[in-house]
Amino acid sequence: MSARNRELLGLIPVAGLLIAGFAAVFVVRRDEVADASLVFGAYFFAICLAAHVFLRIRLPNADPYLFPLVALLAAIGLVMLYRIDESLARDQANWFVVGLGLFVLTIVFLRDYHVLERYRYLIVVAGLFLLLLPRVPGIGAPVNGAYLGVEIGPLAFQPAELGKLAIVIFLASYLREHREVLVVGARRVAGITFPPIKHLGPMLVVWGAAMLMLVFISDLGSSLMFFGAFLALIYTATNRISFVIIGLAMFLVGAWFFASTVDHVGDRIDIWLDPYQDASGTGYQVLQSMFAQADGGLFGTGIGESLLYAPGARETLGNTLIPEVQTDFIYALIVNELGLFGGCGVITIYALIAARGFKIASLARDGFSKLLAAGLTAVFALQAFVIIGGVIRVIPLTGVTLPLISYGGSSVIANMVLVALLLLISDRARRPDPEAAS
Amino acid sequence: MNVPIRRLLAVVLVLFALLVGFTSNWSVFDAAELEAKVENKRPLFEAQQIKRGRILTRDGEVIANSKRTGDDENFQYVRSYPLGSLFGNPIGYSFITQGTSGFERAENATLTGEENEFVSILDQIRGRRRQGSDIVTTLDASAQQLATDQLEATGRPGAVVALEPDTGAVRVMASTPGFDPNRVPEDLDQLNRADPSVLTNRAIQSLYPPGSTFKVVTAAAALDSGAATPDTVLSGASPQTFSGVELANAGGEQFGDIDMRMALTNSVNTYFAQLGEMVGPETLLDYMGRFGFGKDPEVQLPDEQKAASGIFVVDDKRGGFKQVDEGFDIARVAIGQGGEEGEVRASVTQMAEVAAAVANGGELMKPTLVEKVIDPDGRVSDELDPEVQSEVMSEETAAALADMMTSVVAEGTAAGLSVPGATFAGKTGTAEIDIEQDIAQPWFIAFAPVEDPEVAIAVTTDPCAGCFGGEVAGPIATAVMSEILSG
Repeated sequence: MSARNRELLGLIPVAGLLIAGFAAVFVVRRDEVADASLVFGAYFFAICLAAHVFLRIRLPNADPYLFPLVALLAAIGLVMLYRIDESLARDQANWFVVGLGLFVLTIVFLRDYHVLERYRYLIVVAGLFLLLLPRVPGIGAPVNGAYLGVEIGPLAFQPAELGKLAIVIFLASYLREHREVLVVGARRVAGITFPPIKHLGPMLVVWGAAMLMLVFISDLGSSLMFFGAFLALIYTATNRISFVIIGLAMFLVGAWFFASTVDHVGDRIDIWLDPYQDASGTGYQVLQSMFAQADGGLFGTGIGESLLYAPGARETLGNTLIPEVQTDFIYALIVNELGLFGGCGVITIYALIAARGFKIASLARDGFSKLLAAGLTAVFALQAFVIIGGVIRVIPLTGVTLPLISYGGSSVIANMVLVALLLLISDRARRPDPEAAS
Repeated sequence: MNVPIRRLLAVVLVLFALLVGFTSNWSVFDAAELEAKVENKRPLFEAQQIKRGRILTRDGEVIANSKRTGDDENFQYVRSYPLGSLFGNPIGYSFITQGTSGFERAENATLTGEENEFVSILDQIRGRRRQGSDIVTTLDASAQQLATDQLEATGRPGAVVALEPDTGAVRVMASTPGFDPNRVPEDLDQLNRADPSVLTNRAIQSLYPPGSTFKVVTAAAALDSGAATPDTVLSGASPQTFSGVELANAGGEQFGDIDMRMALTNSVNTYFAQLGEMVGPETLLDYMGRFGFGKDPEVQLPDEQKAASGIFVVDDKRGGFKQVDEGFDIARVAIGQGGEEGEVRASVTQMAEVAAAVANGGELMKPTLVEKVIDPDGRVSDELDPEVQSEVMSEETAAALADMMTSVVAEGTAAGLSVPGATFAGKTGTAEIDIEQDIAQPWFIAFAPVEDPEVAIAVTTDPCAGCFGGEVAGPIATAVMSEILSG
């Protein structure tokens, strides 16, 4: 069977999930949702089919499993958003149209994505600019103390979502060029292999950038995500575990230093260690998340059956029992309503996407492609880990979105571009060798 | 570069496994602990939205009901008790903030429709909201009303328990003074402070010296163990010395050499003291155990609202109560009293079980408040299925005891009492609390009709001066019994 036919088959479960999920919400919440809202699911599935047809024409050899897995996550997100508020599902489906537009543009205009290497310094400057944008007075505002969002008039977005793509593209390109010298010039001191001093500079710059993020953006999770992706790339490029250990140690020292000096970062860690110390204040969010999960149990309460609002409370998004339920904490609602099985299902899909991503990286034929695919996959997986981990208290709470599930335009757009890049790399890697054929 | 890529995948999988581990912890392993946290308001919110099952009397009168308030999505259910204080005890109350007590607490799972995960999955698939089952109790509203009125008329705290001997069904469980559960949300503090206590269920939570009603237990032990027969003749002279201290009959009355029937009919202390010594402490404890002493009655009430009857060393200074199984003065325990080394204390429910065991040919049925459970679909999901709690004594022993108890009411200490249209058997008790001031705890246990008993009963009230069981407790018992028999 051809790759694209397998992809089409892979979309069948997506359709099934959309039908079952929307029907379940519709039945349970018939009093509150409009009949017409049922079409949001069909609308989204039409987008998926359009993307599939496009891939059939432009990237016939690309990995057949990646796109259905991505669509599956998006479908889960859409059902949960539909359950929270029907208008969220409509908006999210609209964002997927925009996301698909950028997906198509990426594939059309970056057919040879190696051109990205040429503009790497431009890209990294743009990426850092995006990351620091939320600190610009007037347009950036802290949410829960972290600077991750930007508001310009009615338009709100999280620049870090696009910033992560820029950083990974830059690192992949830079390390492709310098990997040899990093390995060859390395010195062993006291049993640990240190990279050559001359080339340590750029590493220190990245480390400094992560620390700056910690201070400026005040979000441990997103700096962990960026720095983790960086370490993943440097490890892929050099195969030196000692570089990773050195980097990790540097990060921990820096994080420890800023945790004790920057109030917001330190508070987050204190709450993480003991959320009960301020159960109605700073610890409230993560406790509500844990209580919601406890309520879910093995199988969950069922879609639409959990207690979204306290009885008697006004039913507006700011009033939900699980705070920020449509974005950061959507995983808590998934466990609440679909139980441990639902939560594990979501994590499994992320794991499968990571597996496909790394598979694409290992099949890629040149260094830049390998590093780019590995970096994009790593940053995607780490983002899922960082936000789920925060919501379930594996690590301190952070403000990134759950990729492809959380509500939000910038997240959808950035991740669709990320998927487009992976598919581009995959198509090139799996293309039958023209020389062998001739 | 493929080796590090494979390792990266391994690292990612380890991180994701960590996520699965933590999710399992919160959602399953640690869930019960999280649900119990005071910071967690979810269980309260959810309980508010479950339609709690109704509690009904045997005849279908509504004791407890849940009313829906609020708008569509934000509704909640609030409990109300249409019969007011009549069933405050033993039914108790259930409110979100004040919690639950009594039968409401003991049967919470049934009333809230608590099911295991798999059943609730089925309900989800069928799209059903969780709903509780109705419980039809064995309680009889008119008899409960009569018992309450009669107890209140004495002006003293007291309790009545009436059982169906052959099923264990609790027909009356009255305790005065009582409380109106509808007042709990506003006045719980006041109810808690009331003196005498109104929240205490005197029928099963309070222990009293049973006095001469306990002679039925001693007689059962003596007859059934073979230590004596109904014809065993002992001296009824008064006083006689036991454990170095003189023991007198009520009013110092003298009896000659008498048999057991004569002794029970006239409640002769000295006869039963000797009989107790013949039976011995071990056999007496054995038979007490068979009657249910030594552990909480098995009826559906919370453990913390039940008390086990038995022989206790009472340390009034420290307020301590300690159950003992040796060292007590067997002669005085045998007449339902005791001394420093141990005295008998029994709940009204326990003494009703004693009467019921005799009435039911020696078989004690497990007492129950539940006649049937009706699930939200209207199906009867559970029904009273009489269960034997213990084989207390042989049918012959029970018949001999019933015969003796019949002559108690015909010609003995309870002569003058009657249950219209039925024969009945009984035993009075007048436990000495303060001999000098003549203060005693009046008791009466009975069952009727003797040929085919339909009701067994125990009644007591707080001690009073010059009170006799036959005069204070007896009339309440016969009135309640005739109400039940006519109903």
